[in-house]
Amino acid sequence: MTLGLVYDRIRVEEKELIESAKSRGIDLKLVDTKQEYIDIHDEKEKLEEKYGTTVLIRCVSYFRGFSVGACLENKGIKVINNTKVLQICGNKLLTSLALVKAKIPTPKTMVSFSLEGALESSEKLGYPSVLKPLIGSWGRMVVPLKDRDIAKAMIEMREEMSNPLDKIYYIQEYVDRPPRDIRCIVVGDEIVSAIYRYSPPDDWRTNVARGGTVEPYPVNDEFEDLILRTSKAVGGGVLGVDAMESKEHGILIHEINSTVEFRGAASVSKCNIADEIIKYALKLDRR
Amino acid sequence: MVKKALCEECGNEIIIPDDSLVGEIITCSTCGIDYELVKVEESRVELKEAEAVGEDWGE
Ligand SMILES: Nc1ncnc2c1ncn2[C@@H]1O[C@H](COP(=O)(O)OP(=O)(O)OP(=O)(O)O)[C@@H](O)[C@H]1O
Ligand SMILES: [Zn+2]
Repeated sequence: MTLGLVYDRIRVEEKELIESAKSRGIDLKLVDTKQEYIDIHDEKEKLEEKYGTTVLIRCVSYFRGFSVGACLENKGIKVINNTKVLQICGNKLLTSLALVKAKIPTPKTMVSFSLEGALESSEKLGYPSVLKPLIGSWGRMVVPLKDRDIAKAMIEMREEMSNPLDKIYYIQEYVDRPPRDIRCIVVGDEIVSAIYRYSPPDDWRTNVARGGTVEPYPVNDEFEDLILRTSKAVGGGVLGVDAMESKEHGILIHEINSTVEFRGAASVSKCNIADEIIKYALKLDRR
Repeated sequence: MVKKALCEECGNEIIIPDDSLVGEIITCSTCGIDYELVKVEESRVELKEAEAVGEDWGE
């Protein structure tokens, strides 16, 4: 086999994946999407020469990763994660819809398409609530709406933005939870790591990218079952499932990442997460 | 030999760690500008200014 790693930036995670592939003696194709173009008419064999027979999509840019993945998949090359999964996980609304459909507990969420609709939905949800962008990560543009005035100001600001996606308002109940959430890394049908992420003292968000700290999370059978069902609900693969401990409703799933960053988890996990991902790719390649 | 490059912004000498890979981000320790490593050869290191964070960036 040849394994491909498609990227636009080498992070700690990509370095670890490269190292793991090397130590297994795998023929690894590294492709920087920024340096390339794809002829969408090329034969599978030609694309495989450059990209590998199975390809890990690791772009930080969601649209880039999704587009490359679609081109490769179109010719029958296996991509991890497949583009259906990338599409669902890259969009918070599609993620929530998949969770609701699969009856996975998730925070109460409303979507609206105008200032009026957004204000009405946040009144219904009650304050505080949380306004999130449909696309984007690391807690960017995720803002708590403390009261009607703030909600109005935030939504008016979004109305001014030029990206049409910014005018779709995804608003969620504010979940009363401890100052932490749970990040669970799933590879295939296995949880390879689960951690608590604590928010830094000056932020309410728990994203490691924002400087939060981590600690192992004790997985029990019920939690494992919920996480694996969640993974299945969005199509499976290599995923970062984020959960919150609602004081009222127990564990709620609020987000699933399809190009998961695992440096935080790796720092407190016994298993080698990068190597688990490489092993999964090998297994998929043989299928 | 230690690999170095000059920061275009502030002239600082940026040390490139030995295990750096092409595509990695190197931050100037003086002015904080991010560079992407474009080429690393025995004697030559090439940097370009890193892309700014896009709205669709993330996990
Ligand atoms: N409804 C909510 N109630 C309370 N806290 C929330 C809610 N939704 C998200 N958070 C917290 O806000 C932070 C960012 O949320 P979320 O994970 O949805 O954003 P993100 O940008 O997709 O981040 P990432 O992709 O890194 O997980 C997290 O710390 C999460 O625990
Ligand atoms: Zn500098």
